[in-house]
Amino acid sequence: MRRWWLVLSLCSLFVAATAAGAERHYREVAIADPYIDLHTGPGVGYPIFFVAERGEQIQLLMRRTDWFKVRVPRGQEGWVHRDQLKTTLDPGGEEFNLPEPGLEDYAARRWEFGAMYGDFGGANVIATYAAHSFTPNLSGEVWLSQSIGQFSDSSLATVNVVHLMYPDKRISPYFTLGAGAITTHPKATLVATVDRTDSLALVGAGIRMYLSRRFVFRAEYKAHVVFTSRNENEGIREWKAGVSFFF
Amino acid sequence: MEGRSVVLLLTLALGVSVLSGCGRDRLVRTDDSQPPVIEPDVERREITVPKIKKSDFEVGIFAGELSVEDFGVNTVSGATLAYHLSEKFFLQLDAGRTTAGLTSFERLSGAAQLLTDAEREYSYYNVQVGYDILPGEGFFGKKRALNMATYLIGGVGKTKFAGDDRFTLNLGLGIRLMPLDWLAIHADVGDQIFDIDLLGKAKTAHNIGAHVGVTFFF
Repeated sequence: MRRWWLVLSLCSLFVAATAAGAERHYREVAIADPYIDLHTGPGVGYPIFFVAERGEQIQLLMRRTDWFKVRVPRGQEGWVHRDQLKTTLDPGGEEFNLPEPGLEDYAARRWEFGAMYGDFGGANVIATYAAHSFTPNLSGEVWLSQSIGQFSDSSLATVNVVHLMYPDKRISPYFTLGAGAITTHPKATLVATVDRTDSLALVGAGIRMYLSRRFVFRAEYKAHVVFTSRNENEGIREWKAGVSFFF
Repeated sequence: MEGRSVVLLLTLALGVSVLSGCGRDRLVRTDDSQPPVIEPDVERREITVPKIKKSDFEVGIFAGELSVEDFGVNTVSGATLAYHLSEKFFLQLDAGRTTAGLTSFERLSGAAQLLTDAEREYSYYNVQVGYDILPGEGFFGKKRALNMATYLIGGVGKTKFAGDDRFTLNLGLGIRLMPLDWLAIHADVGDQIFDIDLLGKAKTAHNIGAHVGVTFFF
């Protein structure tokens, strides 16, 4: 735990240092609309304090969600919404083209991260995963889940292969196969219990829906078979849903 | 008539000279042993469009007081990582820890201990979704205005307390003050709700906390 604090404080320091970083070159555009509004912050709720006119060259300093921090020639800095920058012009006279991730980027994604919540054999489960796409249809996923039940908790780590049926469609079903390990910790209020780790295999199916920008909704069902040291294997059914984002 | 033949002859002569000129040119060009007469001296310009820095992530630390139901009010500290999905919505991961105190029973009875020291460790992590309400400016005195926003936050997580992991529901309300574009100061209150049967009877415990934190956008 202490090491975590160290890493986090180092990260914070690094971020602070880069935020206060050296002078750099910024992208410039010329205003094509009659004027654009500069807000004091990245949101509609922050007041407009300055207006820049058509023809002025503005520098794009940084971006947060759909808002851009700009600097006008007279030195004022403020936040402009993407919709107002769409009609500005690049130095070449071309319309400033701001590529927003869309359905094509979704189909061509390489990495994806997500979190889900659901039911794991009657217990609450929180799961996170990282996925890498090998082909548009085929991807590999690593899952870490934690389920918290009435009598026992368990941690799962699995590796999965996923086949997506229609990778270029907004909504597509998928199938998955996987294997991994599960560690079960019986609750401390039960008498004479020990933790146990078993290997498991799983088969599953689900549905993915591209929402917008970088976000995907995902819901799935997985049937696990736990290879216990007892005489019979244990079957666990899992339902869950969540949101992921891709790069 | 005569004029026209002269024109024709001249055209012919011009054509022949041009063709032979081209031919000689072709001969010269095929002669590789000679260096080219004119060295091209134009450097290709590399045009790089500067990238626009994104700053949708927010990382930080917090400290505060957490009331662990039946176990007193204790100092809690932790860290947060948030990703701003849109102007209004953000996802947040946070983790924290505290050490629970004594119940009033333990304090009054003197020797009896319900939990070992290790079991008194209270640690948690949460996955939450936040929604900014009431964005605007707040004024310090007459001249200084700070960007701020009030947000609602809620989610699920895991709390380890009294030797067990407990599924936890979180609800909270916070204020984000932004003195600089990359720096924010948070103040928030939240409730961590889980089921516990430690004191003989199963019940839902509400653990209410108040925190102050500092975060950096990157």
